[in-house]
Amino acid sequence: MAEEVRIVLRNYGKIDPLNIDDYINAGGYKGLEKARSMSQEAVIEEVRKSGLRGRGGAGFNAGTKWKFSYRAVADEKYVVCNADEGEPGTYKDRIIMENDPQSVLEGMAICGYAIGSRKGYIYCRGEYPYVVDILNQAIAQAKEKGILGDFDIEVRMGAGAYVCGEESALIESIEGHRGSPRFKPPYPPAEGLWQKPTIVNNVETFANIPIIMEKGSDWYAGIGAKSYPGTKIMTLTGDVVNRTFIEIPTDVTIRQVIYDFGGGIREGKKFKAVQIGGTSGGFIPESLLDTSIDFDSMGAIGATLGSGAVFVMDETRDLVDVTERISKFFEHESCGKCAPCREGTKRMHEMMTRLNAGQGKADDLEQIEQLGSVMSRACLCGLGQAAPSPVLTTLEHFRNEYMEKLG
Amino acid sequence: MSDYAKIISPYKDLPGGIIEAYHALQNKYNYIPEDAIAVAADMFDISLSQAYGVATFYSYFKIGPRGRYVIRICESAPCHVAGADDVIAALEKELGISMGETTEDGKFTLEFAECVGQCQGTPVITINSQPYVNVEPEKVGEILAACK
Repeated sequence: MAEEVRIVLRNYGKIDPLNIDDYINAGGYKGLEKARSMSQEAVIEEVRKSGLRGRGGAGFNAGTKWKFSYRAVADEKYVVCNADEGEPGTYKDRIIMENDPQSVLEGMAICGYAIGSRKGYIYCRGEYPYVVDILNQAIAQAKEKGILGDFDIEVRMGAGAYVCGEESALIESIEGHRGSPRFKPPYPPAEGLWQKPTIVNNVETFANIPIIMEKGSDWYAGIGAKSYPGTKIMTLTGDVVNRTFIEIPTDVTIRQVIYDFGGGIREGKKFKAVQIGGTSGGFIPESLLDTSIDFDSMGAIGATLGSGAVFVMDETRDLVDVTERISKFFEHESCGKCAPCREGTKRMHEMMTRLNAGQGKADDLEQIEQLGSVMSRACLCGLGQAAPSPVLTTLEHFRNEYMEKLG
Repeated sequence: MSDYAKIISPYKDLPGGIIEAYHALQNKYNYIPEDAIAVAADMFDISLSQAYGVATFYSYFKIGPRGRYVIRICESAPCHVAGADDVIAALEKELGISMGETTEDGKFTLEFAECVGQCQGTPVITINSQPYVNVEPEKVGEILAACK
């Protein structure tokens, strides 16, 4: 049976999150100390060689991203921690910040040193005011100890906009604007917050950094899947026995996640589908459960690892109904900046409502597939591009459920 | 200085601070008073439409009065399959109002929310941002009674 490997959550339950001395006694801030004894290039190279890829869903090599900002010439640079966890079914960043906030601050400070930034922001979702309190206390303790040196960190609160998980929308929000994504390029590592080079990484990504610095890139690169090494925190929801969070190496399979860690399906029922990566993820049928959860293996089956949410549905669930609910979510969360998303999410929800009410026609299925295909290519940001995925993957793997509901 | 200006003023010189100012207003009143938006526009030196545009973009902000206890019910997919609709029905019945409304005494407001990140215990509701997990329709009366 597969076992958990706690790297990001190494201090979970072992330290008092609100006592920085506990963190330091557990080996905390050694990574920052080591980084500062190295050249900036060497720090970036170490992160790059570890193979750590962004844990927010896009999966970009963290060291490579840092190098863009390091090379950019500017009087100011920024480090931004994306703590706007809003992907339904996901609460991994909350678990990290509630239980080991200093690891996030240390990761940000290492990034700050590497790229030459003295200012960091944590953009924490508005639904987590209790996490904001923890972060502010942790920052105050780190400042009092002087352990961050000349690197300053400030917490900013989001306010319930899913789209602000997209890095350029998040930047707009920190600037005090509506959280609409920007046209790219320029990308944030070159031109981000207040037009300065900006690294935006997810909470889980930053929490990985201190231990990579401490134990080295070879150690990290040897854990889990080769192309997406390390661990991933997954949050299990829906009709699974254990609704809990786990941290596992990235070469564990979906089946192991659901049955070994999740304890299987509730009430002895049978498995029907699992949606991984949050509400924008694809639906996965039984036949694909032996896929490894790493980024590339998931991509190869038309699914995503995304945020690591694992939403399990048993044999009694009406997938057309669940997908209609999801399509309403995207209509609500579309920021309205680009037409394919603004209009597309609305029409998709309309058609899904009709289908779910038993009033759909066979034509609707073709139209919805065409619309989804256009949106996945034409929308400005990841929100609109991923929005059709639950509809398209349920049509692909569970088309009979739609057919049974046609009027 | 008006009360609104006093609340906004600590954020006035903070780059991009208008969202923090709106949070501060909402912490104080449980909503953003409409008149405060004009004060914010003035203090941050932006147009009224820009200040209004920011306030209305974010669904966590609510312009105009709502109850002392704001109950938000998550309707994202994991809560949906866990029976959020039954919780909604129980809350509506208990309070005698529909989703989006406020009780006549100004005590409770019912609102929809998307995921609030407490998915280990679906279905989830929040009351003034405090999460309540594994909410069953039968428990709704007890939870409301604790709101004094």
